[in-house]
Amino acid sequence: MADVSADAPGPSGGAPAPASPGFDATALKADFPILGRTVHGRRVVYLDSASSSQRPQAVLDAMDDYYATTHANVHRGVYAFAEEADRRYEAARLSVGRFLGAPDPEHEVIFTKNATEALNLVAVAWGRANLRAGDVVLLTDMEHHSSLVPWLMLAEERGLELRWLEVDDDYRLDLVKLDQLLDGVKLVACTAMSNVLGTIPPFAELARAAHEVGAVVVADGAQSVPHVPTDVGSLGCDFLAFSAHKMLGPTGIGVLWGRRALLEAMPPFLGGGGMIRDVRHDGFTPNELPWKYEAGTPPIAEAVGLGAAVDYLEALGLGAVRAHEMALTAYAQEVLAERFGDDLRIFGPAGTADRGGVLSLAYRDVHPHDLAQVLDEKGVCVRAGHHCAKPLMRRLGVSSLARASFYVYNDASDVDALADALADAGTLFG
Amino acid sequence: MPGLEDLYREIILDHYRSPRNRGELPAPPAHRIEGFNPLCGDEVVVYVQVEDGTVADIRISGQGCSISQSSASLMSAAVKGKPVAEVRDLIRTFKTMMSVHEARLGDEGPAGQANGSADAEPQATDPEALGELAALQGVVKFPVRIKCATLSWNALAQGLDEVEESAAG
Repeated sequence: MADVSADAPGPSGGAPAPASPGFDATALKADFPILGRTVHGRRVVYLDSASSSQRPQAVLDAMDDYYATTHANVHRGVYAFAEEADRRYEAARLSVGRFLGAPDPEHEVIFTKNATEALNLVAVAWGRANLRAGDVVLLTDMEHHSSLVPWLMLAEERGLELRWLEVDDDYRLDLVKLDQLLDGVKLVACTAMSNVLGTIPPFAELARAAHEVGAVVVADGAQSVPHVPTDVGSLGCDFLAFSAHKMLGPTGIGVLWGRRALLEAMPPFLGGGGMIRDVRHDGFTPNELPWKYEAGTPPIAEAVGLGAAVDYLEALGLGAVRAHEMALTAYAQEVLAERFGDDLRIFGPAGTADRGGVLSLAYRDVHPHDLAQVLDEKGVCVRAGHHCAKPLMRRLGVSSLARASFYVYNDASDVDALADALADAGTLFG
Repeated sequence: MPGLEDLYREIILDHYRSPRNRGELPAPPAHRIEGFNPLCGDEVVVYVQVEDGTVADIRISGQGCSISQSSASLMSAAVKGKPVAEVRDLIRTFKTMMSVHEARLGDEGPAGQANGSADAEPQATDPEALGELAALQGVVKFPVRIKCATLSWNALAQGLDEVEESAAG
């Protein structure tokens, strides 16, 4: 359906389709070639963007153009298009910095392989230099494994104490004992949006409290940066990690933003070319920021692609993206409740004020993998499994969940297709 | 193109809804083996009691998707009361059926046919030997689900090995 105006009744009958958010999501689908594909003879209903988004033609074109006209290694050549490659790579860095409201993008935006590598960079470079046996790290029960395992590894190596912020029965972070838990904490690692629950925790409040006890704060922005307007100043974190492939960009590149003073003081992460100023028999001098943390030939075309993705998102406006996803999430909550009642349970906060467009579902006692299989038959792509958040799954008392997640190219028709496919699963396993 | 009817055959859904030999056995004397699929978190626990070279009793517990649960149920019904040597043959036959090469998955065979006659390659699977288990043949058309179907079988094979080792030791 092409009509997403506020007054049009939704195809499901009762619930009205979400109001126009400032861009037309249905029309936007045409920008994404993969969404024109059919699967099992049906159009693709892509509801797995929390895992990896699709990318618009503009991103594909930017990368093609880079390889067709410009490619050379960065930071090394003096010939014309090596300089151009350098310029395009560094321009992407500035675009990303602008996107994050970074005060000093030239020095503070570091390209990594993905969010996971960015978080490992912090654990290894900052953690090894600053944490000793008995030091305390505060984590949360809603972290993705990427925001947990690097600290579990360091805890094992150094003998750190790990503390955990719990998830309450409304799927929000329980901050009642925050002050008590923060006592003596050196580092806090927390997601800015849960990849399972969609919960957006009160990050700024958490960061303020953590800073009062002198802790460093790491934000896992893998889910939030693509979907919610981000300003590192108001978020209040000291480090922020995210991946390009969840925000319309290519795989193979992620970002670590960090405060300059911290990045200056930390030792390097990976060693190799590009990250050094001098190498001698008896040692080396690291390069200046940001290259100090970018060893080896970086993902240059991917940086160009990420820059194009940022341009695309900025043209839509992140505020409009957020509004669109809130409207679509509200529509989905309403349609699913209306059609399935108590048979369907959504593991995440009610409403949309502090949650993103991530709906983890349990439908009757149909196993999530069976659910995902039946949905696939209808062209509906959802993820089933533990979503790399096993401590959270234990807290929720489930071994796996099916997850539908929204992005700029999803519209009410996708929610309706999800609901129709869920009804089919109910019939098959009824 | 494989359809859902290839995967969710009526026998499979029946065994999923009404699993046979569900429960536990005191171990020992029974042998207890856990099968775990780290990708999806499914787990199956097989209790097998071997007496005089025969699978005297078997019980299945744990939780998982319709394919892993029905496969375990079908397996329990197929092996209960059978000589261990015969059960080992059945495990081999079943796993052969589940290891069809992916390159052949795109072939347009007759949907849901259990005899595999559309396949040109030598067919180790003897559908006669498999009985109701042949209903699971459609799973090979959904490669990511093969691990679901073989979970309990791998656990049983491991259990029989362990029973044999402890008897030898």
